[in-house]
Amino acid sequence: MIESIDHNLLQLNDKGQLKHFLTTQDLPASLLNEILDTANSFLDMSSQQVKKVPLLRGKTVVNLFFEPSTRTSSTFELAATRLSADVLNLNISSSSTSKGESLKDTLMTLEAMNADMFVVRHPDSGAAHFIASQVTPKIAVINAGDGRHAHPTQAMLDMLTIKRAKGRFEGLVVAVVGDILHSRVARSQIHALRTLGVEEIRVIAPKTLLPKDIEMMGVKVFNNFEQGIKDCDVVGMLRLQKERMNSALLPSESEFYKHYGLSQEKLKLAKPDAIVMHPGPINRGVEIESAVADGPQSTILQQVTNGIAVRMAVMSMAITGQLNSAAQ
Amino acid sequence: MIKIENGRLIDPANNIDKVTDLYIENGLVCGVGDAPTESKITQTIDATDQVVCPGLIDLSVHLREPGFTHKATIASETNAAASAGITTLVCQPTTKPVIDSTAVAELIQDRAKASAKAKVRPIGALTVNLEGKQLSPMAALTNSGCIAFSNARATVENSQTLLRCLEYAKTHELMVIFNPQDNSLVANGVMHEGSTSSEMGLVGISESAETIEVARCLILIEQSGVRAHFGQISCERSINLIAQARNNGLQVTADVAIHHLFFTDENAKGFNSMFHVQPPLRSQLDRAGLLNALVTNGIQAICSDHQPHEEAAKHAPFAATEPGISGIETLLPLGLQLVEQGLISLPQLIEKLTSSPAKILQLDVGSLQVGAAADITIFDPSQSWSVDQESLNSAGKNSIYIGSTLKGKVTHTLLDGELVYKLTA
Repeated sequence: MIESIDHNLLQLNDKGQLKHFLTTQDLPASLLNEILDTANSFLDMSSQQVKKVPLLRGKTVVNLFFEPSTRTSSTFELAATRLSADVLNLNISSSSTSKGESLKDTLMTLEAMNADMFVVRHPDSGAAHFIASQVTPKIAVINAGDGRHAHPTQAMLDMLTIKRAKGRFEGLVVAVVGDILHSRVARSQIHALRTLGVEEIRVIAPKTLLPKDIEMMGVKVFNNFEQGIKDCDVVGMLRLQKERMNSALLPSESEFYKHYGLSQEKLKLAKPDAIVMHPGPINRGVEIESAVADGPQSTILQQVTNGIAVRMAVMSMAITGQLNSAAQ
Repeated sequence: MIKIENGRLIDPANNIDKVTDLYIENGLVCGVGDAPTESKITQTIDATDQVVCPGLIDLSVHLREPGFTHKATIASETNAAASAGITTLVCQPTTKPVIDSTAVAELIQDRAKASAKAKVRPIGALTVNLEGKQLSPMAALTNSGCIAFSNARATVENSQTLLRCLEYAKTHELMVIFNPQDNSLVANGVMHEGSTSSEMGLVGISESAETIEVARCLILIEQSGVRAHFGQISCERSINLIAQARNNGLQVTADVAIHHLFFTDENAKGFNSMFHVQPPLRSQLDRAGLLNALVTNGIQAICSDHQPHEEAAKHAPFAATEPGISGIETLLPLGLQLVEQGLISLPQLIEKLTSSPAKILQLDVGSLQVGAAADITIFDPSQSWSVDQESLNSAGKNSIYIGSTLKGKVTHTLLDGELVYKLTA
């Protein structure tokens, strides 16, 4: 009678197609692979002369950012533009929500503008779920990062990067390194990696940056970087927010770098063909040595390219999913 | 004289559980079983197949008046209480202004008297404005009807100040209630810290946020000798600490909010803000530990920890919502589920909702011996009802059970012999 909510009740239509993209959690492998395949086809296209496809022609995409982010917001804008959508960018600072307009009121105002899709970033975990549960049924919601909870498009662009570099997920050992506690990227990566069937997922961090009982998510926990990175196929670095340093969580940047920063020397412990990912923007000399970030094993720039393709993929899939569920 | 006939009379204070009649006159119980000869019966209530028991006592209710009347009023919530068979509400000092002056304490009781649906017994603030700095005028507040003192969840951080509060309360032989939480550990947490909070990316509240404060309080209770009670315990380890202290001879008691006996942190998956409560819903093991403590009497009372909210308070992303459940009207039906599950007997449930809370706070209610105030609840334990916006009388519709069917319906509530609620067919 009273049950916790299945994520897929909210993000899939009754044909099992994506209609919102809120989290990688609980999504079937077939759907994650469909995202990767669709993104792959857009990648091939983006190298051509004409970069636009008319999949979202006549549709209005609203980038709804309650938290500043030029990078994510601009890749979503570019992805929407390449799908021929009209894009409206709204940066709603915390000051305007504190004027008393509730989130629900903001949504109703935007719905009245006949938007077809909301791309949402919000500082509260679960905000995208809340918005998806509140909007009128025909509007698709794409989660562009909610609190510490999920950043599914970032995770899927990382999956695409791994797939293109390694050709497979089976048998891979993947390490996620850094501030796991505050990272929505790490959580979404872990769910996707597990579903796609990698051999082993490791998280590497000091105890102060690990959420409680994280091993319940199916990961191996390492407090020691050297042990954790040993024989990895993929090293996913996370960004460390400046405000986390010099606090009760960490003594200093230099001490963090010494123990958890990725240097060329430490990278040698991973497999020789290991790739290094980072969601950006990079704190050089805090999480990662410049020589590694710019080195041959780094996929940081490919991740950006892949990000546009993945966002095009989920946007077009969600619009289709909405059309197919609205048609019933 | 009113006759309540043929009901199953359960009066744990007097060890009664049998089908019999009850007689009421001048607001008092005037006969159990045999009719007093001198009076004439003017009204008869047929309680066949129903339970007749002392009016229920709810040890923790957040009345929103004064200060938060957009959430609920004393009139709306005492009316809801009457419909739920609750005749005594122990109200938390969390009004605005808080109950740290005789004016507020008296205002609340005056409003309750005016609505005449339930008795309201305020808990006074332990410190001025619940700031944990200056002692509240406890003796004066007691004269104005406060039955105990608490700093609610605001916690007196300075141990020296807390000790002074307890010593002062002991001076006047007053009762102190703790809602234990160490706020430096709670910080901006919104749910139990565990694998579920980690997965959801919500800031967790560790078990130690409660247990550390329980331990500190127990030490200071012992040192000061004050009479003390722990309200709305959520962790098994807290119960163990309290039980240990009792074994060592300390006179301390504990209650639990009923939702902690039914739900765990895992219910919050999917971000349903109705499960945002404080203290947070804990782990499966904690829930099992609380249920066990209920059976072994490590927990002496069950309350609703009723916190009515306006719709907007729950209508936001999880962490941005206000904690609390509107629970006054589901207290008895949920308690009956514990009986149905075979965990406790019906008389044991009634005890934890009547005589036991009365004993904890030394209240003059919760018993049906001849001469006692005729606060009486009559309910049909097998009647089902749908919980929805309309059927809930509380102004707060923030019930987890909206859309559900619950068993157990109050048919009559009497307050000092007056019928304050009657179920209409």
